[in-house]
Parts: sequence; C-alpha cells; structure tokens
Amino acid sequence: MAITGIEIFKLLPKTNCKKCGFPTCLAFAMKVAQGQADIEQCPEASEEVKAKLKEAATPPIRGFVFGSKNTKIKIGEETVLFRHEKKFFNPTVLALEIKDTESNIDGFINEVLESSIERVGQILKVDAIFLKNESENSEIFNQVLDKIINKAFDLPLILGISKPEVAAKALEKLKESRPILSGATPENINEMSEIAKKYNVPLIISDKGIEKVLKLVEIAHSVGVQDLVIDTQPNSAKELLMDNTLIRRASLKKGIRLLGYPIITFANRDDNFYETVIASLAILKYSSIVVLSSIPKWKNLVLFTLKQNIYSDPQVPMQVKQDIYKVGEPDENSPIIVTTNFALTYFLVKGEIENSKVPAWLAIMDCDGLSVLTAWAAGKFSASKIAQFIKESGIEEKLNHKELIIPGYVAMLKGAVEDKLPGWKVIVGTKEASGIPAFLRNYVRSKK
Amino acid sequence: MKFSIPKETYTGKIPEIVFGKEKKAYFGGESALPFHFFEGEFPHKPLIAFEIQDDIPEDYPEELAKVYSSVWDSPVKWAKFCETLGAEAIALRLMSTHPDSKDSKPEEAADKVKKILSEIDLPLIILGSNHSEKDAEVLPVVSDASRGYNCIIGKAQEGNYKTITASAMAGGHSLIAMSELDVNLAKQLNILITQMDFPREKIIIDPMCSALGYGFEYTYSVMERIRIAGQIQGDNMLCVPMVADVGFYVWKTKESQASESDIPEWGSLHERAVMWEAVTACSFLLSGAELLIMRHPEAINTVKRFIGDLFS
Repeated sequence: MAITGIEIFKLLPKTNCKKCGFPTCLAFAMKVAQGQADIEQCPEASEEVKAKLKEAATPPIRGFVFGSKNTKIKIGEETVLFRHEKKFFNPTVLALEIKDTESNIDGFINEVLESSIERVGQILKVDAIFLKNESENSEIFNQVLDKIINKAFDLPLILGISKPEVAAKALEKLKESRPILSGATPENINEMSEIAKKYNVPLIISDKGIEKVLKLVEIAHSVGVQDLVIDTQPNSAKELLMDNTLIRRASLKKGIRLLGYPIITFANRDDNFYETVIASLAILKYSSIVVLSSIPKWKNLVLFTLKQNIYSDPQVPMQVKQDIYKVGEPDENSPIIVTTNFALTYFLVKGEIENSKVPAWLAIMDCDGLSVLTAWAAGKFSASKIAQFIKESGIEEKLNHKELIIPGYVAMLKGAVEDKLPGWKVIVGTKEASGIPAFLRNYVRSKK
Repeated sequence: MKFSIPKETYTGKIPEIVFGKEKKAYFGGESALPFHFFEGEFPHKPLIAFEIQDDIPEDYPEELAKVYSSVWDSPVKWAKFCETLGAEAIALRLMSTHPDSKDSKPEEAADKVKKILSEIDLPLIILGSNHSEKDAEVLPVVSDASRGYNCIIGKAQEGNYKTITASAMAGGHSLIAMSELDVNLAKQLNILITQMDFPREKIIIDPMCSALGYGFEYTYSVMERIRIAGQIQGDNMLCVPMVADVGFYVWKTKESQASESDIPEWGSLHERAVMWEAVTACSFLLSGAELLIMRHPEAINTVKRFIGDLFS
C-alpha cells in the first residue's frame, strides 16, 4: 500500500537538520512519498523506518516474469480494482490446454503458433501452452515436451503436473526457460514447493476457496517460494467473480500479502460459447492467466479484442495512425472525408461509411487522439493544418475531383480551408456519424 | 491465517423498476456492486429485452436476417416470435420514423404501438429512432397512445428531454435518459429530468452503449464510475438502473458481418457475430447494466446462462 508523506514525516526525527538537502523534515517526507528522494538521504532514519518504507514500495500484488528465453511474459503488479482509477498493466495471458495423451500434438502447437491477429496496430495471439500430464506418466510427458521444444522453442509453458517426480524430471529438461509449474495441492504442497524452489519457477497453488488456498500459500512461503499463482477452483461464474474480487481487494485495500499474487482461471467448459463468456469474465475481473480448451479463430478474436480494450490506458485516448484509408474500393471519383484520429471517431465514421455502401477515401489526421470538437478547440484541427495534411498526403494525384468533406461540427472552417487549399471546394458533412449513410448516398446521387 | 471478507460499505440502493400491464418484468433493486452477493441484496436478475423494429430493418446483417426475416414484415408477428424464443420483454424501435428512413408520422407509430399492446401481453420498451428532433415529435404521441400500459419510453436526450419527459410522466411510464459517455452529463440530465418532477425512481440511465472493439472500454468504465458514484459515494442522481442497448451497436460492426472468405483470420462468422453480442452484453452486466436490449437469440441464451450461473 502506498504510504503518504505525512505518514513518513511521523517516522522521521523531525529535527529539521537539513542534512538530507531539504529545508525541513516535512518537505523531505513529501519528496520521499513522491519517489523524488530516497530515505537513505536521512542520516537519522532508523532501520525500522527504512524497512517500513521498503515494504510500502513493494507492489501489493507480486509481479514476475515467466516464459522462454526469447518470449518473456510479465504477470501481476496490478494496482487498481477499476481500470479508470489508473489502468490495468500486465494483460491476461491466454493459454491453450493440451493433454499429453492427445494424438495430434503437432496440430495443437500449430494452432497456437498460427493464432496471431493484428488489431489496431497490435499483434495479438494465444500466449502460452498449458501442458497437462493427463497420462501421469513421466516418459510420455517428456516426449510431448520434446515435441513442443523442437517445434516451438519460444512458446511459454505452464506445466500441469500432479506428481512431484514427474515435475522434477520435466523441469530438468527446461532449464533454459522459466515455465510455470501447476499442480500444488494439499496432498503434495511440500514436495511441489521444494521443486519450485530448486528450479526457481513460479508455482500455481490450487485448492477450493480463498481460505484453503491461503493455508497452502503459507506453506509455500515458509519453504521460500516467492513467485506464486493462485487458483481457488471456482465452480461457477458467481464463485469466480467473488473469489477474484476478494483476492484483489484484500491485497490492494487490506494489504494482505499472502493473497498478493496473480490469479489463474481454468475457463474450460463443455460449451464453446459458454467457455468464451467465462474467459471474458476472468479477463475483466482480475485473472492473470486464462486456460482454454480450444482456440477457434472466432473465439480468439473475441478474447483478444476484449483483452486489448480492457488493458488500454484510460488516460490516453486510443489513436489511429494518420493516413488516407480506403473504405470499400474507392477510385478517382470517390468522395474524400477528413476527420481526426481519435479511435472512436475513426471506428464510427468508418463503420457508417461502410453502412452507406459508398466507397470513399477516409483521411485520418493526427490530432493527438482528440475528437473533432476537442481537436478544433485545441487548435489541432484547424484550417491550415487540414490543408497542409491534404496537400502532403498526395491524395490530389489520385483524384479526379477536388471536393473535401469536413465534419459538420467544424462547418465554420469551410471558408478558411478553401482559402488555404486553392482549387478545392469544401463540403460540410453531418454532425453525427449516424447521418453519414444518408448524406453520402445523396452526395453521390447529386454528382450523377 | 484466518481470512475475513473485506467488505465495501454502500450508501445507495438502486431503485427497482417494474413495467408491463398484465405480465410484468422487473430489474434493479440491488444494494451492492454488480453480482457482489457477498455484501448486498439482489432481488431481481438483470433483464434482457428482445429488440424488434416497426418496419423491415434496412441494416440487419445476414446472421440476423436468417433468424427474423420470416417475421419482420409485421411487428406483431415479430414480437410473438420473440415470445416463443422465451422473451420476457420486448423493445420496439421505431426506426421507420427516422427522417433518413421512411420519415413516418408519429400517428403511424402510435397505431403500431397500440396494435402490439393489444395483441401482446409482454412488457414493452418503446424506443424512438435516435434522431433527437424527430423523437421529440414521435415519443409524446406514442407515450400517450400507450397510457396505462406502464411501459419504458426512450430515449430522452439533452436536446429533447422536456417534451419526452413530460409525456412519459403523463403516460405513467418509466424513462430512459441517454447522455454521451460521460458521468457528469448523465448526472446533469437526471437533474434536469427530476426538476420537471419526474420521479428519480423511474429513470434508467443509458450512458450510451458501444460494441466490443469500438469504444467498449469507455462505456465499460463510465458504467463502473456511475455505479460507484451512485452506490458508494452516495450520489443520488446516479443511483438508478442502467440500460445497455447492445444489439444496436454490435450488429453494425464489421466483426458481425464480414464473411470468412473476406477475412479468414477472423474465423467462422456465425460464432463470431453471436459472441460479439454475447460478450459485449455480459461485460456490461459486470460493469453495471441491469437491462439489456439484444437481438440474436443464441447470444441472448448465452447471456441468460451467464446470469443463471451468477445467481446460482
């Protein structure tokens, strides 16, 4: 939990000796709280005070990295319950479960390798494989492991193993990467903790409900395993929401360190639609890893998009790259519409142009991700900037006409844009995107 | 270590909405953040209303046409079909009144509403065409025509709330108040509406919806903030139920329309489109909506299963 300047001040000697370089202890305390000064600068601060501040500086939810040599994934270190308070930082890891008894291991690996989709400039994909030791046999498990290593060396792994001796053998093989070990239960917690510690891998602790998991976390802790993942084995959406909310709340608001760990959710369900919904709940409500039973492309697209949306920064508007985009198959006679690069504006306008079935050029101008009116008010969507953008875009050479459609909200720019863009005629479009289909159809009709 | 549940303290309870004449539907009434059964009461499950339109839709994509094209030439047939699919409420959108559509007259819309009310006993939500000026003409007439049927009328916006609020009040209906993705605008509109003596307990906030991938995160967070302001920070004007008009936004997206041959990496269209609606809807339930307006029956069934699982 963050510690305030006043709380730090109370722990200082309050002599105002100035040895720290600040005029008063209070001023120094405030700087320490903001992270702009180090407590070590105070020669009088006791070890106890330093320990307390160090504790306060440790994230309430532990973060760590796992994965292979070249593909490292960080999970944990979340700081808020609601994304508008700051943001969610380390996106949920999606993992496909593969049983070592499956006959078509190669097929599954290929599916994961070929899962990537580009969306708004980001490459999204299934991040990891959860390899389950269904056979409970060490040899079979290691054979499959070899297959995966050969085919997809860089793919991060989570190993679902209930027998400690199988786990030890598998980890011996994976010394160059850092997989997560899953399968610590009340029956094997001591041995599994020892193995996780020996190979320095994160350990997933599984038991029914928060209270029981807490006991196992205590044991793993006492052995010295630092990087843990919690699995409370919820049976329903209700339990999943409750357990995840309480774990996040307890660690962030109550400072309960023993619950300050990332959470894993096994979303596997018999029905693919329902599995997608459960996985969505887990992404929205605090799971750091979600295990899936299958990854058809439609499911991936839904979950990738959800994850991308929810882990975006609420303080930074989503932006689209400045460019002239084609909507449909526009030609030299097609209309050209200019607007700002606020992602919402882009999506709405593009969607409505598509609805109109009129192919068009969509000129998206970099306005730092502001909407039309805000960008205009901030001077970023001005007549001279629009004119400069259109000139430099090279669109003039692609067109047979010189008519630029501007958003209805900036109708007042019409004259000024025409002054700055000699030869061009400016057409005032609609205020709301929803009016675009009718507007465009009329516009095209009037040209014929 | 013994674990004691870290509970939140709440100051506000969401009013309960009851609508419909013979058959009634309920939502709202909860005293904690969505589905936090461990610290509050939830007298009603969230409600899903099946959307129908007053005329053959111009922009329903293939996946919806497959389901509804045999009934969509008549709103009564359409509503009855939804009833066979398990609808507990109907949301009638008067799209034909939009100036860019047929620009049909308020009286025509009122006739259609009367017909539906006389033949269907499901609770009815009556929505304009989202054209602010035209809705101000249409909704008062429709409100009057459905007097005594205890409907939900929407949507009142900043530019037209006065006439719509007055008519909803005279007609004895509940009211959807829509503002554009902003906590303060939502609050402001509710203040204006209650200043006309419309009861706060009969207002439903529409914070403006969006679809997964298309501004979803804004809506999601605005809803969470409205809930927190209303229930935890004690802001009375924001302590009312919320609606997510999901279908209207989802079925415009490319993800619900593009064929597999156009974009092979997006996979099967049917599942993709249905789940685009279901996941958008489930997410907004988690961020605070109690009323959903949806289109595809399979998406609705998936969301119903989710609600059942949350209430298990």
